[in-house]
Amino acid sequence: MTALAWLIPAALTLGMMGLAAFLWALRSGQFDDLEGAKWRAISDDTDVAGAPPERGPAGDA
Amino acid sequence: MEAALDATTVTHELKAATRQTVVLSVPTIVCGNCIRSVENTLRTLRGVEAARANLTTRRVSVVFDPALNSMVDLTAALERAGFPSALLADDAETEQKARVSELVPRVGVAGFAAANIMLFSVSVWSGQASDMDSSVREMFHWLSALIALPAVAYAGQPFFKSALAALKSGRLNMDVPISLGVLLATGMSLFQTMRNSDQIYFDAAVTLLFFLLIGRALDERMRTKARGAAENLLGLRAKNATLIESDQTTKVISASQIKPGMIIAVAAGERVAGDGEVISGESEIDESLISGETRPRAVSTGDAVYAGTVNCGGALRVRITAAEENTLLSEIGRMMLAAEQSRGRYVRLADRASRLYAPAVHVLALLTFTAWMLIGAPWDQALTYAIAVLIITCPCALALAVPAVQVAAMSRLFSKGVIVKAPDGLERLAEIDCVVFDKTGTLTTGELRLETNGNVDTVALGRAGAIAGTSKHPYAQALAKAAREEGIRAHAVDDVREVPGSGLITASGGLEEKVGSAAWVGAEEGLASIWYRAKGKPAVGFDFIDEPRKDATSCVSELQRSGYLVSLLSGDRREAVEQTAAVCGIEGWAAEVRPDQKLQTIEALKARGLKALMVGDGLNDAPALAAGHASLSPASAIDIAQNAADAVFQGELLQPVIETLALAKAARRLALQNFAIAIIYNSVFVPLAMLGYVTPLIAALAMSGSSITVTANALRLRSMKLHLPEIGTSP
Repeated sequence: MTALAWLIPAALTLGMMGLAAFLWALRSGQFDDLEGAKWRAISDDTDVAGAPPERGPAGDA
Repeated sequence: MEAALDATTVTHELKAATRQTVVLSVPTIVCGNCIRSVENTLRTLRGVEAARANLTTRRVSVVFDPALNSMVDLTAALERAGFPSALLADDAETEQKARVSELVPRVGVAGFAAANIMLFSVSVWSGQASDMDSSVREMFHWLSALIALPAVAYAGQPFFKSALAALKSGRLNMDVPISLGVLLATGMSLFQTMRNSDQIYFDAAVTLLFFLLIGRALDERMRTKARGAAENLLGLRAKNATLIESDQTTKVISASQIKPGMIIAVAAGERVAGDGEVISGESEIDESLISGETRPRAVSTGDAVYAGTVNCGGALRVRITAAEENTLLSEIGRMMLAAEQSRGRYVRLADRASRLYAPAVHVLALLTFTAWMLIGAPWDQALTYAIAVLIITCPCALALAVPAVQVAAMSRLFSKGVIVKAPDGLERLAEIDCVVFDKTGTLTTGELRLETNGNVDTVALGRAGAIAGTSKHPYAQALAKAAREEGIRAHAVDDVREVPGSGLITASGGLEEKVGSAAWVGAEEGLASIWYRAKGKPAVGFDFIDEPRKDATSCVSELQRSGYLVSLLSGDRREAVEQTAAVCGIEGWAAEVRPDQKLQTIEALKARGLKALMVGDGLNDAPALAAGHASLSPASAIDIAQNAADAVFQGELLQPVIETLALAKAARRLALQNFAIAIIYNSVFVPLAMLGYVTPLIAALAMSGSSITVTANALRLRSMKLHLPEIGTSP
């Protein structure tokens, strides 16, 4: 029983964390352009100066 | 969009006040390098603060300062970099986004809840056989309830809302039994949890929501993709216009900014950006997209011109008139409205199934309850069995049967360049038994080709082609192209003078040479489309034909072989239509057909009990497209036609028409198969449920099993070999 008292909250918390991470990623537009993201990952030039970070306004468009 | 702007306004309040965000459609973004060059091109422009390209939607969103830069500069810069682009209406974009992101978080929540409840349920199921004590079981049930209640309340909303709306209007749709099943199962399980019983269906309720939401989200996603692609196609057609301001200076604006009363300049070869009236200049207008007529129409001061037509002759000034003042457009608009109303509301397959299914489910559940009560079971046991019936029949498979097939069919068509826009388009396409084609731009390519008939005066063609190469008139361009294709290498001619409405004249060869209309060169009227004459020699005429698409003949004969009634309706003149009909092997054809007559023909076919597919591209086809049982339009079609069509096909060939019909029929077959699978599942498990043998474990297995089977069956469509079935042989 004591094992359950630890394990159940731990399992639920981990699950909730996963859900929260998914919802955060969704809101911040990380699933908006899966095609583009795979190219950006291998592109070796960094974004030009003055460009917005990854979560720029365009990412949320 | 706004949330992100808000975040940055904290630090750049003044700056942000002048910012504007626009979304441009850039169809040529196809790889990682394109993303980089598009973004870098835009970011180096003055006043542009941010640019981010999206490879999935082929769009780029730009934040810029309208005071420092204008929309037109953005598109011009992209055009120079090799990426033609167009501004998209912002509302549509944001609306779509709102709809997609409503379903996906619900999928996430339902998935999380389903997985965690399953964890407890599996423990209970396995514990029942061994030594789980009842206090642990009770705790597990309470934990399941804790997860299930908020999850159902949140994730179930799309179904509850839709069911409520259907009930309010006195209809039954698939969402009614779903909502009822989920709500009753959750409520009953909560009650049983309080009583510490073991008939707990939280897992079934949440898993059901999870599966159904996945289906809905995929369906929605495919439709958003199709809608976006359709908008991208249209976006590029709306080009810029040259505005003439009151002080006679010119300014380039985007076509969407044109308002009635403005005066625009339309240069030779340009597309007219808006409907209006010519106030100065003389020219010829190619109206093949409006009327199907391939021969240009002469216009001068006072004549009306329509958006989407091409100016072939001299420069024109056009005063834009409002759409309602425009007789042709408003007439087409009225006809389309009437046609859409007469088409009526098509009842989709899933809704038709649910009309039979939903009452049957509810009656069965009620029957179970009363029967158990009558034989003396306690009320809660009777209710539990009734709910088990609801959960087992809960149309997991039925509700997935159609969407799963549609998503598979739409994505297969999408990869072939066919964009299905209407939600019920595929289902209506599957019922077609006769096909009505438009000629210009649909059966034909809409491009002019020189008719050689085997013998051509190559010397005259070479010379005429070289002179014609300096003009933007479609006949002149076609002549120059024909000369190139014949392999004639002619010296470039300079010093050519163009007389709008008549033709070209040059003396550069030491001899006066003319290319143009019969009157211009002094030849007999009506024998040829364009003439060439060197002074003192007989005139040489060249005739053009609007060539059928490469596979038009084979497509028509394939349709006819499969039993489709194929006919041709065109606004073009008799000889041209007769010739095309003969080449393609179409027996039923009509020429010089007005838009209202096209509409009447479709209505007449409908009255004969035929379900007509209209394929057309012009403004004159739009009412018929709206009236047809289903409609297709090539990507080169005018925007009104594309909007009226159920699907748009891209490319030079007519083959997509056949592929679309074949796939629509295959999709219908698979959807019906899926219904059959769902019914087989039900006929096995419903009697068990009615007799009270269904435990929560069996319910969970039955539901997942049937959902996975129908989805797997739908996925067969992706690799299925397709052929056009004969009419009457397929269900």
